Amino acid sequence: MADTQLLTAPVSELRQLLSDRAISSVELTRAFLRQIELCNPLLNAVVTICEDHALKQAALADKQLATGEIAPLTGVPLLHKDIFCTHGIRTTCGSRMLAEFTPAYDATVVSKLQSAGAVTLGKCNMDEFAMGSSNETSFFGTVKNPWDLNCVPGGSSGGSAAAVAAGMAPLATGTDTGGSIRQPASLCGITGLKPTYGRVSRLGIIAFASSLDQAGPMARTAEDCALGLTVMAGVDGGDSTSADKPVPDFHGALSTDIQGLRIGLPKQFFNDDLDDQVRARVLEALAELERAGATLVEIDLPHSHYAIATYYVIAPAEASANLARYDGVRFGYRCDDPKDLEDLYLRSRSEGFGEEVQRRILVGTYALSAGFYDAYFNKAQQVRRVITEDFHRAFEQVDVIAGPSAPGVAFPFGAKQQDPIAMYMEDIYTLAVNLAGLPGLSTPAGFINGMPVGLQLIGRPFDEQTILNAAHRLQTDTDWHQSHPSLGDLAS
Amino acid sequence: MSVTPQDVEKVALLARLTISESELPEVTERFSRVLNLVDELNTIDTADIVPMSNPHDMEQRLRPDQVTRGNNREALMASAPSQEQGYFLVPKVID
Amino acid sequence: MNWEIVMGLEVHLQLATQSKIFSGSSTQFGASPNEQADAVDLGMPGMLPVLNEEAVRYAVKFGLGIGARIGERSVFDRKNYFYPDLPKGYQVSQFFAPIVCEGIFEVPLEDGTLFPIRITRAHLEEDAGKSVHDIFTHETGIDLNRAGTPLLEIVTEPDFRSADQAVAYLKTLHSLVTYLGISDGNMAEGSMRCDINISLRKKGSETLGTRTEIKNVNSFRFVERAIYSEYERQADILENGGTITQETRLYDAEQNVTRSMRSKEVANDYRYFPEPDLLPIVIDEAYIEAVRATLPELPGAKRQRFIESYGLNDYDAALLVPHHDMADYFEAVVKACDAAKPAANWILGDLSGALNRNEVSISESPITAERLAGLITRIEDGTLSSKLAKQVFDAMWDGEGDADDIIAARGLRQVNDSGALEAMVDEVIANSPDQVAQYRAADEAKRKKLSGFFVGQIMKASQGQANPQILNALLLKKLNDQS
Repeated sequence: MADTQLLTAPVSELRQLLSDRAISSVELTRAFLRQIELCNPLLNAVVTICEDHALKQAALADKQLATGEIAPLTGVPLLHKDIFCTHGIRTTCGSRMLAEFTPAYDATVVSKLQSAGAVTLGKCNMDEFAMGSSNETSFFGTVKNPWDLNCVPGGSSGGSAAAVAAGMAPLATGTDTGGSIRQPASLCGITGLKPTYGRVSRLGIIAFASSLDQAGPMARTAEDCALGLTVMAGVDGGDSTSADKPVPDFHGALSTDIQGLRIGLPKQFFNDDLDDQVRARVLEALAELERAGATLVEIDLPHSHYAIATYYVIAPAEASANLARYDGVRFGYRCDDPKDLEDLYLRSRSEGFGEEVQRRILVGTYALSAGFYDAYFNKAQQVRRVITEDFHRAFEQVDVIAGPSAPGVAFPFGAKQQDPIAMYMEDIYTLAVNLAGLPGLSTPAGFINGMPVGLQLIGRPFDEQTILNAAHRLQTDTDWHQSHPSLGDLAS
Repeated sequence: MSVTPQDVEKVALLARLTISESELPEVTERFSRVLNLVDELNTIDTADIVPMSNPHDMEQRLRPDQVTRGNNREALMASAPSQEQGYFLVPKVID
Repeated sequence: MNWEIVMGLEVHLQLATQSKIFSGSSTQFGASPNEQADAVDLGMPGMLPVLNEEAVRYAVKFGLGIGARIGERSVFDRKNYFYPDLPKGYQVSQFFAPIVCEGIFEVPLEDGTLFPIRITRAHLEEDAGKSVHDIFTHETGIDLNRAGTPLLEIVTEPDFRSADQAVAYLKTLHSLVTYLGISDGNMAEGSMRCDINISLRKKGSETLGTRTEIKNVNSFRFVERAIYSEYERQADILENGGTITQETRLYDAEQNVTRSMRSKEVANDYRYFPEPDLLPIVIDEAYIEAVRATLPELPGAKRQRFIESYGLNDYDAALLVPHHDMADYFEAVVKACDAAKPAANWILGDLSGALNRNEVSISESPITAERLAGLITRIEDGTLSSKLAKQVFDAMWDGEGDADDIIAARGLRQVNDSGALEAMVDEVIANSPDQVAQYRAADEAKRKKLSGFFVGQIMKASQGQANPQILNALLLKKLNDQS
């Protein structure tokens, strides 16, 4: 199989090749490692490459494939967003604060994927502490969008998205707190799924906003995401917020039958603020689903415009506390020659954290502080419930809610740096989904001037199956998801 | 809602962050912009709405009272910036 | 002085669970630094808390023990501040909705009255680690073994008006928690720590003065002294027209003064908000009743029962009850010898004396309850005179066997036979004609005194084994007979 074909083949195909012994895991792993070697100097999507570790795992996988002990992902290479703790492998969270941090434990998601036979190629670049929508806040430098090297890949899982799009891995893990899987997936033309809050364990994932964070798969197809989710999901006794719900075989149950599926289009998502071209692409994609038997219904999410204010109180507030542990005492960055304890704290934190992280910590601290808790934090939690109830009410009429994943296509570096709000608006369609804890995915829906656009599908709590099915059907009837940037142009 | 540089400095101290004199005006300005964004929350009436901490209103699970962890000091302290005789070290604190 | 002292107490009680409140690390005392601190306790990136069911049960037990309302839906909150022994930069505690709500705790005072203290609340939280300042010259060492140990913080209303009341409360609390088995309540080892909020006001005033908080006082005696010294300090300031600064202070036992805590000077805004990594603890009636069914007889009830069933007085009951080992010992003794008052006397007297001198607890007593009962039985049935009982007690303590063994080995049987005793009386009377004459010539009062001579002689002759009651009766009869 020609190189590009191999590098852009979905996981489902690679699994077949592996089990047919048409290719070994070691060969496959080498191919992706080579691609990383070639493209990463330009794209900067991968922060840590684990060549030896990967080849060892691949060799082990080949032994298992030979004896027929095949787990769902045996021999399949993947990349982890550098927010997942990996035992013995540096985990930076895109920050100077953790630039030298090597965890003594694996995140549950990492263990699960490893038990399923996956091969870890390395750790992906990301916005610092997952705060950002363009991968421009990383201490390790920006990531380039493989579709246009002058543009951002989206964020915070920008490295993961770019890597998959550029054929560096067929599968990558990401996390999504306000859109950080869906928006970069959209900007890079891949498929990305944020499961229902509680569907996947957060243990070992460096926390940003505890009640919003969720880990999910990023790949070329909905089918691959279904496979990834089936492995990643499941209750974890070590995470009190993980839901005790049985994990369906999302992959096994994947279906293209969406006859009678009711898709709700929130009028707030399709108002005058929506770019005409994005609207056109999204509606075309929805028309495909309609042709396949779905019905489109206009719905009302009357409080959706409060999502951004709500999110930018709750997320920074939770983050301000979650990031208090980074104090230079037990691990992580410590300033040189601290004079006293206060100096240790002030300088380690001010030098260790970047500007956006510091800003959000300030906002969060403020929102929780005496005199402001009621007006900001408590209020935001109340509005959160109101927003969530809007969704629940809508789901009485429809099965899936759809709209754009992002307000536009990938934008040039620096374009949204002047005003933090401009950057925050990137997540305008995705934030509410995290507030309500619902599952959401982004699937490719055409192009604007050659740059990918994403369709977002939002489901009922714990009903990832329905949105996966809808995306799978769309991908059966269209070929947008099969497009990829010219890989040759990415080699340095 | 606008904030003064002094407000920002107070908040920074609570969060153990320093902001240099030269950066303070810009930090304050950008901080204010975010606050303006979130002030939108004032325009909605939420009387009697129960605040939502967890999207599924779940209840806490309990774990049996068992010791399941042994001594893992060496591995866990491997990343310690400063340690001696098993202690993490910080500049002397006077109580 | 016309100042009234107003105090509220906050007690931090370490719960005696095997593992920590949010992690599976051991809570055992005495390990080397950081050997009982796992990734969760260290607040490492990505770590999450999971709640220990026993900590919840212990908290509910406490609530039921003081008759408080149990919070059906309690919530954990983050209390945010920076300190090196607080690994996450926040302490997981309960602020908005504690697991135990208001209750009344009746404290027996020395005068026998019951003083009702209003308990505001009791909530679960995690302990911080330890900062060690005296090992390294230029640094402070941080040991996080203690971080994550479950604490129950018990808060009272400002109902205390004297140091005696405060100490009585702490002692009664100690007794309750040891009975419940939820904590060893050991102040010296730090499993029960007391913070005292003190303010003064003019007698008769209704408003509260500015209070200071004295933190982490770790003995009953220090509590008393700390209160006195802070009272003096505040009274002094107020007398001179000054104002009290609201602050946190530490009691310096060596100097017997309270000092301002410099490290807590930076005003702290704790920014409490619900802990998003944990969910509300929901407790239903069934759970509460199940816990209630496991409650032992509590000190108050036991004290009542001792008075009613054993006929003990308030004083003895008050001394026997606080330590349940002693109360159990007492009941075991009475079960075996059926003599409650003597049992109380022996336990509170000679046995306690020996235990204290030898620094041994009653559960380690070399004299078992059964053996003490044996001794008492021999006194009650006249085999052993009370004079010789002490000798037998000491021999038992030294391991020479039970009462019967020792009485036999040393030939200590009391002489109860009237015939033998009468012979002894006759002999002494015959040998002491002058004293007999003196006696018979004396009046009632003098006779009482003089009879002592004869008793002494007979006791000497019988090596203390003459039964004093029978002897006295015979002696008086013989002496008086011939007058």
